[in-house]
Amino acid sequence: MEVTKEYDVIVIGGGPAGMAAAIQAFKTGSEKVLLVERNNTLGGILPQCIHNGFGAVNFDRDYPGPQYSYLYEKELRSLNVDILLDTMVLDLTPEREVYAMNSVDGYLHYRAKAIVLAMGCRERTRAQIRLPGTRAAGIFTAGTAQRLVNIEGFMPGNRIVVLGSGDIGMIMARRLTIEGAEVPAVLEILPFLTGLRRNYVQCLLDYNIPLHLSTTVNNIYGENRVEAIETVKVDDKLQPVEGTEQVVECDTLILSVGLLPENELSRKAGVELDSRSNGPVVDSHMMTSVPGIFAAGNVTAIYDLVDYVSKSGEIAGRSAAQFARAGTHDSQSGITLKPGTNVGVAIPQKLRFDDDRSGEMFIMLRPNALLERAVKVELKHGDEVVGSFREQYARPAEMMIYRLKERELARLRELKTGELTAAIS
Amino acid sequence: MNSIGTAQARKRMDICLSCPRGCEIHTRTDENNEILDIEGNKCKLGATYVKQEITDPRRVLPTSVRVRNGVRPLAPVWTPTPVPKHLLLDLAAATRDIEVDAPVHVGDVIIENWRGIGVDLVASGEVPVR
Repeated sequence: MEVTKEYDVIVIGGGPAGMAAAIQAFKTGSEKVLLVERNNTLGGILPQCIHNGFGAVNFDRDYPGPQYSYLYEKELRSLNVDILLDTMVLDLTPEREVYAMNSVDGYLHYRAKAIVLAMGCRERTRAQIRLPGTRAAGIFTAGTAQRLVNIEGFMPGNRIVVLGSGDIGMIMARRLTIEGAEVPAVLEILPFLTGLRRNYVQCLLDYNIPLHLSTTVNNIYGENRVEAIETVKVDDKLQPVEGTEQVVECDTLILSVGLLPENELSRKAGVELDSRSNGPVVDSHMMTSVPGIFAAGNVTAIYDLVDYVSKSGEIAGRSAAQFARAGTHDSQSGITLKPGTNVGVAIPQKLRFDDDRSGEMFIMLRPNALLERAVKVELKHGDEVVGSFREQYARPAEMMIYRLKERELARLRELKTGELTAAIS
Repeated sequence: MNSIGTAQARKRMDICLSCPRGCEIHTRTDENNEILDIEGNKCKLGATYVKQEITDPRRVLPTSVRVRNGVRPLAPVWTPTPVPKHLLLDLAAATRDIEVDAPVHVGDVIIENWRGIGVDLVASGEVPVR
């Protein structure tokens, strides 16, 4: 099938990263921008995130998810950007050809000068954490339960146990309580809360929902429908401690056990992936290893604030538009950013200084240790400390966003190549 | 949150909601709810927060209401100004009986001065007519 349409920039995914990317690509001068979204609405996960807590960075306000999404959608729809909803992208080539289909246009074959990957992430499921027990109905991921309750208007059950103390798990425990369900327990296999503390207060303590740390699901009972679960305490190696089993009656189990960047299309396009972030290796323009293919938001790594997802989308959209116009790609030079001590993920993996496209440069670090004390973050190039900053603590639940200072940028620009290691001590 | 009563002073611990850090703040208060001593807060917002928590704890309530004739059966709503904490479950239960007609627009006031507490229930999302 022939290419039927040529675009400057095609954005795949209409969540917060994709909307920001499409807006920014258009504003940077791309006249032909297309956004392709699989769902029948824009906004990605935001329309079902009806709780507040969005917009503190970008709007200096506290909005519910749908309202945050609406602000971007309104701007996007005011621009001359093509939007295809209900459309599934099937394939993407390194030559930036997009194969997609929907029920109106049928099979589509488009080509773009630049692509932005903004497919977001997926939830880890029961299979991925090898949960034992029967295959009864009543086991949902937190996001599915959230969609049922907040968009479709169904309650997944009446007595609901939540596994996982991430933000989505705690927010759903509150949400289900607000809608009249009973939540007898939130379980967390780790010895500490994995979500934000404020959610522990606002979602669990305020609604008298008990949290059990170092505890997981040992068994699930029920033939057709969940009837109970067995919980068990775990030791410091996360192994079950015999004799600590307890049966909790419930009709529903909700899993909030982590998110994984969605990169099926990235793989098809031959984009190099980082085994730590589970997303594409990106440079400071959010360009992947394939020239002209950019990535933004949760497809690159799991963010904890949507505001930074939008910011990464803006960088990707702007860079994609510039690439579309210039038709060239950056040289392979640049400084590789590596995660050092106490750092799990460092984004972007490559800092580029071969042009002055962006006046500012951010790095994002996800700590992999819980340090409840003042910490120092050092950026070292060989033995040279190029930059450092202090934080009051380091927690896996909260990523550190650091805007490189002028003199640090100037020094890195001089160094041009090599490795920069980010370490927390 | 946790209060241990004694004749003279009451001890309590609060996790501050002013920022993501979430300081664990330990205070002792007298019978008039005056703070006798406070520790654990890394900034002065912590003291203000605990004072508010002691006298009039408030929270934002995000929930949803039913929509007639909309493309979706629900509209997201919230209280942009926080409501007294002790009313949360009561108000949440009340929203389950609220039904509005599509279209719903961001910012639409669903209930003005809800229960006379000076707080509006406001739509936070769009629901077009089916």
